Amino acid sequence: MLEVCNLSVKYRHTWAVENVSFKLQPGQVTGLLGANGAGKSTLVKAILGLIPIAEGIVQWTDKPVTKRLNKVAYVPQRSQIDWNYPVTVARAVMMGRVRATGWFRQHNQRSQVLVRDALQRVGMWQYRHRQISELSGGQQQRVFLARAIAQEADLLLFDEPFNNVDQQTETIIFDIFAELKAQQKTLLVISHDLSETLENYDQLLLLNKQLIASGSKEEVLTNENINRAYNRYFNFQTQPLTMNHSVNANLVN
Amino acid sequence: MLTWLIEPLEFEFMRQAIAIGISLGILGAVVGSYLILQQMGMMSGVISHAVLPGISIAFFLEINLAIGAFIGGVLSALVVMGIQKRSRIKVDAAMALTLTSFLALGVILITTLKTNQINLDEILFGDILGVTSGDVWQTVIITVIILILTKLFYKELEFYTFDPLGAKACGLPINLLYFGLICAITLTIVASMQTVGVLLVMSLLVGPAITAYLLVKELSQMMILGAIIGSFSSITGMYGSYYFDLPSGAAIVMVIFAFFWLAFCFSPSQGLLTEPEFNSRILSLFRSNKNTDN
Repeated sequence: MLEVCNLSVKYRHTWAVENVSFKLQPGQVTGLLGANGAGKSTLVKAILGLIPIAEGIVQWTDKPVTKRLNKVAYVPQRSQIDWNYPVTVARAVMMGRVRATGWFRQHNQRSQVLVRDALQRVGMWQYRHRQISELSGGQQQRVFLARAIAQEADLLLFDEPFNNVDQQTETIIFDIFAELKAQQKTLLVISHDLSETLENYDQLLLLNKQLIASGSKEEVLTNENINRAYNRYFNFQTQPLTMNHSVNANLVN
Repeated sequence: MLTWLIEPLEFEFMRQAIAIGISLGILGAVVGSYLILQQMGMMSGVISHAVLPGISIAFFLEINLAIGAFIGGVLSALVVMGIQKRSRIKVDAAMALTLTSFLALGVILITTLKTNQINLDEILFGDILGVTSGDVWQTVIITVIILILTKLFYKELEFYTFDPLGAKACGLPINLLYFGLICAITLTIVASMQTVGVLLVMSLLVGPAITAYLLVKELSQMMILGAIIGSFSSITGMYGSYYFDLPSGAAIVMVIFAFFWLAFCFSPSQGLLTEPEFNSRILSLFRSNKNTDN
């Protein structure tokens, strides 16, 4: 279980994330929702100790998460990666095995098998010798998903994995989330898509610097919560659960 | 032709210069590959100028100049990183400020410590004729050490330079890896001071690596091809220097630049002239000319 307790992140005098607490259970996929600038990426980075935290504790199975990073897979936003880096698909996925292999050692047979299986699982095995710049956006995202699978982590965090990906990739990603869930892994997924894909999450967190709401889709996506999260007012004719696409588009923007 | 190639080798200084050139070609390409993938090409410029105060102090204290140069170079890189991390200032501005400040400090120190016996020309532009067998050994040893370290930490450095956040998230000590890279870059610059001088060393670090970058799709291939290009450029530059009486450092740099242009124009995957659109444009130009002729 991942426990986040009163986590705050501060940039000088402004709070980027304020007093956030929640728990993630194994075997669950949690969606982290919020507007642009709501602090979603910051929160995930702070959980992993990638940026300094002002206050709070993050524990993974009763130990500080920073002491257990070998069990963590983090998939950054695609825009944070230099896709012209000279590395092939297979080699990029093998990076997921660097920590498990350890210093001064060559990757072993088992790592090779894990990389192959992961690439086959995301449908990218036939592209293994390609340089990553020769892939489409969705394919690049699948390479990083394969890296996270090959890592055999227990806690997986994804930053906007559905940004600008094709339908096929979206389906593959959700299929793999379901598989990882069945293996009792813990998943946290950043998204700003409020459409029907929300059915794929067991728990939702709605963030706007503070945690606005957490729980099931019905509990989280109420008019009031969405207004607070997006700092806007909407007149829903129906309940938010049946929001139509035009409203969703507004929310995303 | 053979005598043309062998004749310069009869001189001890030429043999030493070529040995040092091959070493530096390899070293520059391996370290330079990381440098340009980190988008820190200009960092070599900062470090190479920042060795000056270190050299001056080392000369004053009568210790090995290379040690002083190394400390000065590493300090400047840390200053750049500090400014970049702790403020909103962009890295290029931080580099410009650091470069000039260290250079100015060097100039002041040379005057105040009365260390103006230092031959500035030799440091800035290199003096291949002044290479001693001690210099050759120093360069070869630095090259061997860096190659061993690169081999040992290859997969970690590759992960870190490709995806620093991902590497940090799974627990790799990325600050240590960064510091290691900075030390390697500074060592390379110190080793190159004698041959090409601090002003031209940037070319040895950046040129062969980016030339290879245009031609291959893996980091290891980039290093190997870069090393071949770097060594070959060094040798060619030395011969050019021998036969046409050119300054050796400058000759090496121009050969590197020529190789870069070849790759830039003819790289099968990324070359200017190998682009399908370019060819069709030429073809259509050719056709329209024909039409007007008719």
